Amino acid sequence: MTATHCPYCALQCGMKIGPGPAITPRTDIPANAPGSLCQKGWTAGELLTNGERLTTPLLHGEPVEWDVALDYVAERLSAIRAEHGPDAVAVFGGGGLTNEKAYSLGKFARVALGTSQVDYNGRFCMSSAAAASIRAFGMDRGMPFPITDLAEADVVMLAGANVAETMPPFVRHLNGPRLIVVDPRRSPTARLAWLHLQPTPGTDLALALGLLHIAIGDGLVDEEYVAARTTGFDEVRTALASWWPERVERITGVPVHKMRQAVRALAAAERAYILTGRGAEQHAKGTDTVTAFINLALALGLPGTEGSGYGCVTGQGNGQGGREHGQKADQLPGYRKIDDPAARAHVAGVWGIAPDDIPGPGRSAYELLDALGTPEGPRALLLFGSNPVISAPAAEHVAERIGSLELLVTCDFVMSETAALADVVFPVTQWAEETGTMTNLEGRVLLRRRALTPPPGVRSDLDVIAALAARLGHTFETEPAKVFDELRRASAGGPADYSGITYERIANETGVFWPCPSEEHPGTPRPFLDRFAHPDGRARFVPVQHRAAAEEIDDDYPVYLSTGRVLSHYQSGAQTRRIAPLVEAAPEPYVELHPDLAEQLDIAAGDVVRVSSRRGESKAVARISDAIRRDTAFMPFHWEGANRLTNPALDPVSRMPEFKVCAVRVERDS
Amino acid sequence: MRLVVVGNGMAGSRLVSEVRTRDPHMKITVFGAEERRPYNRILLSNVLAGSARPDQVRLVDPGWYEAHGVEAVFGDPVAHIDRETRHVVTRGGRREPYDLLALATGSDAIVPPIPGVERAVPFRTLDDCERIMRAAEQARAAVVIGGGLLGIEAARGLAGRGLPVTLLHLAGHLMERQLDVEAGQVLGETLTGLGVGIRTGVSASAVEADGVRLDDGELIPADLVVLACGVRPVTGLAADAGLEVRRGIVVDDELRTDDPSIFAIGECAEHDGTVYGLVAPAWEQATVAAEVITGGKALYRGSRLVTRLKAKSVELAAMGETQLGEEQAEVVRFSHRARGTYRKLVIKDGRLVGAILLGESDAVGTLTQLFDRGGPVPGDRAGLLFPGLAAAPVADSPTLMPDAATVCRCNNVTKGQIRACWEAGARDVDGVAAATRATTGCGTCRDAVEGIVGWLCEQEGISV
Repeated sequence: MTATHCPYCALQCGMKIGPGPAITPRTDIPANAPGSLCQKGWTAGELLTNGERLTTPLLHGEPVEWDVALDYVAERLSAIRAEHGPDAVAVFGGGGLTNEKAYSLGKFARVALGTSQVDYNGRFCMSSAAAASIRAFGMDRGMPFPITDLAEADVVMLAGANVAETMPPFVRHLNGPRLIVVDPRRSPTARLAWLHLQPTPGTDLALALGLLHIAIGDGLVDEEYVAARTTGFDEVRTALASWWPERVERITGVPVHKMRQAVRALAAAERAYILTGRGAEQHAKGTDTVTAFINLALALGLPGTEGSGYGCVTGQGNGQGGREHGQKADQLPGYRKIDDPAARAHVAGVWGIAPDDIPGPGRSAYELLDALGTPEGPRALLLFGSNPVISAPAAEHVAERIGSLELLVTCDFVMSETAALADVVFPVTQWAEETGTMTNLEGRVLLRRRALTPPPGVRSDLDVIAALAARLGHTFETEPAKVFDELRRASAGGPADYSGITYERIANETGVFWPCPSEEHPGTPRPFLDRFAHPDGRARFVPVQHRAAAEEIDDDYPVYLSTGRVLSHYQSGAQTRRIAPLVEAAPEPYVELHPDLAEQLDIAAGDVVRVSSRRGESKAVARISDAIRRDTAFMPFHWEGANRLTNPALDPVSRMPEFKVCAVRVERDS
Repeated sequence: MRLVVVGNGMAGSRLVSEVRTRDPHMKITVFGAEERRPYNRILLSNVLAGSARPDQVRLVDPGWYEAHGVEAVFGDPVAHIDRETRHVVTRGGRREPYDLLALATGSDAIVPPIPGVERAVPFRTLDDCERIMRAAEQARAAVVIGGGLLGIEAARGLAGRGLPVTLLHLAGHLMERQLDVEAGQVLGETLTGLGVGIRTGVSASAVEADGVRLDDGELIPADLVVLACGVRPVTGLAADAGLEVRRGIVVDDELRTDDPSIFAIGECAEHDGTVYGLVAPAWEQATVAAEVITGGKALYRGSRLVTRLKAKSVELAAMGETQLGEEQAEVVRFSHRARGTYRKLVIKDGRLVGAILLGESDAVGTLTQLFDRGGPVPGDRAGLLFPGLAAAPVADSPTLMPDAATVCRCNNVTKGQIRACWEAGARDVDGVAAATRATTGCGTCRDAVEGIVGWLCEQEGISV
């Protein structure tokens, strides 16, 4: 039996594999102690032996030898680059890749391809919370405290986080505290709540402003903390004068008395946390929304206080590590900024190139996909660990852009919807067949161990990267441990400093929290207790204002659409839709409607309905439930369809698309 | 382009910031009659009641004007508009040229012409608010004249400070413009319970040294008298300049007066026959005017009015046409006066055209939005008035649960599978968990699984 971690979400539950693909939970990993797993975790092994596995490289759909495919790709890349310049080649990564792969991929883009055009699907995930945390605290470490701290709290507010569905073992850490859940749906998490606030989609920012307004008016601000540990509160107070609770009630639909109840509970608690998830973050104003919740947390004196705090509930398996080591358009390893000369000099030194040879910032994920195949945009795309045809907003448009590429190369272990469009598909290893590190939602670096020998013909992403790099004249490491050693040096001195972390330490210490600047350093479970990461050590209040969703409902599209997850599936579903028990549990996409809305539209449970937006159309089966607002429809996004409808309006700071709200029309399909 | 804004209150200050957001370069000068930087008048009753701090009403930071290249003049009101040469002239004699002019002069508190009224304090500005708060510290009893929204908020605020308060109102019931008779009465009863004496259908004839004299000669003792008798649009400047003025300064859908270079917004403006006295319409108008002023296209089509009382322990929302009777509309009503609860929906052609919600209610947000959007009213009217009524939880006792019901969501385990597992020999939760993985996810179904196993054992007479 080999001790490793689940292939799915950012909780990274500990599990053992063996004999064969059999899975049993580990009890030594705090995230899922005392040994819990959801159905996704229990059945994760089924894909290891599943007949849908890719085992041969495909060139235009035909099986070919590895060398043939690699030579082809390298030649095409060189030719496109020679004709159109290095930015004509783009790289798109994923938040499920190990730290080693994320690092290697970013380096490959900058060093071997010389392109600035590299970003990843994490942009669609935690980018708003990351931007807001950096703005407020000077550093983004998702949850800057161990998950086990939550159980000791009196009150936990979850803003747009449905952990009972997305990461069920998380719920075991919430048995103690009173839960306040902010969600337009009475989600499985909201059902566990002591208080459920059910705002109109796209109005969480107004709600957070209203809550802080009440806290100030009712004298609940921790003035001592604000004076000692923060700056900028005065500007925030002025910005809040326009957000009195009755106005917020009209915008959000959340009754004033419930807002007041929430604020009082948070303020009265000895220990309290505010956590945000994608529901608050995936908006064209997601960064400001998270900022407003952070402002509330700061006013109540929570962040950097023992037993209290703010945190982002990171989603993807390596969502945290994936955003730290250089596959992001504006970043270099160690969570360094690509436009910081000192950062460039340090990383260039590790890479053995001149600082000026590192390209500048490139396009963000959606902008990159939107530019594919256009005269100014990339003509070739290398895709790792992502399935944008399903997961990008305005998915039909994105598919069209991808279709216009001169060259699409993907690394996959099953034939995802995007791989099916590729000129070249490289069959790669999956989690249990490879070693590497993952950084979970707590910022704890964990070790994923190889448990099984990969099927013949399959190679790791690191091998593919190195083989292509070699053909382009560069030498890349392929051994995960060696790549990690290089990552440690590249990250040294950066905000996400991994230099003191080793595979041995991770194994012996059940994970190590970054920053960890030396092998003698114990790691940092709670980085903000003494000071925040800004040069003056203080957290910053940032004044923000609510504004309407990028697309509001109107006569033509009179219903809000919100998208989200179901328990049985993960992300684009490329993995989970191939696992029989998960398909049995959640076989098909659906549209959730309130009984009043359904009656009005003459739709009954089980009817096939057509949902259309300004960007596309999708069909799904109706489910009728009073758990949703009357003005809102909900669709899970694990199948093709939901993202044909969603709006690619971007957050000005994080470049996050507005997945969580758009306007649609819902009709019975006759 | 030079923009001059006359008035730096709720409407004027909003216009300035909306214009600046859209155009970073336009030269903007704003004149305010008050010495203070703009503040949120809506919050004054909260300040009076102690539920907002005085520093919480500030709408503009000290450095904002300089940082945004806006010239703000305080305490020197505009006295004259010279439309010929396109200048405004202030009381202090300053001449300021404009290309576009926006009037946001607001309104003045109405002071009834009765003897001794100068002893009373109108409730309109932050200065007024501070005066009332100072006086309240010494006072032994207060009278508020005017039982509209503001008067009620003021009376409730003073009562909350421990002061005996009497509220005098001319009409037969409180807030007669927003409420029907019964709602007005229920509101009065609620306020009475909070220490506010209510006198409706009375008229003050004089403010005397020791109280307010009513028409019938009765003296209501008070050493603090607050006036909340409504407001009157400030239109003199516009009228003197020859602009069309009826009740307010007449504007079109672009908020332009009959001089296309002059706009008017807020409480001084009259659009489509209506002068609005609430902040929401003023801000909607500011947004439209800013768009037009900066060269964009936008039209103002009027506002839907929602009145939301801000008074501790008094929850009241009123919107639209609340007084229509059964013969004019479909009326749904629930009244429980003993609990201070009154709820009324007025529905016409399947749309919500009016509503009153008195007493704490989870329905307030939903109804306000339904009214604002003008969407169709769901068939289940009761569910609308009483959210959660339809969603009464189904008892999930093990006996009543069908076999197909999912017990463990995390691992998709049904009651039938648990039963099968029990029949195969599992006699406790751990046994069921080992066989089905039920309870191994979030763990919240543990009690349910325990219940089912216990029930099955009981059925078969097996003790556990």
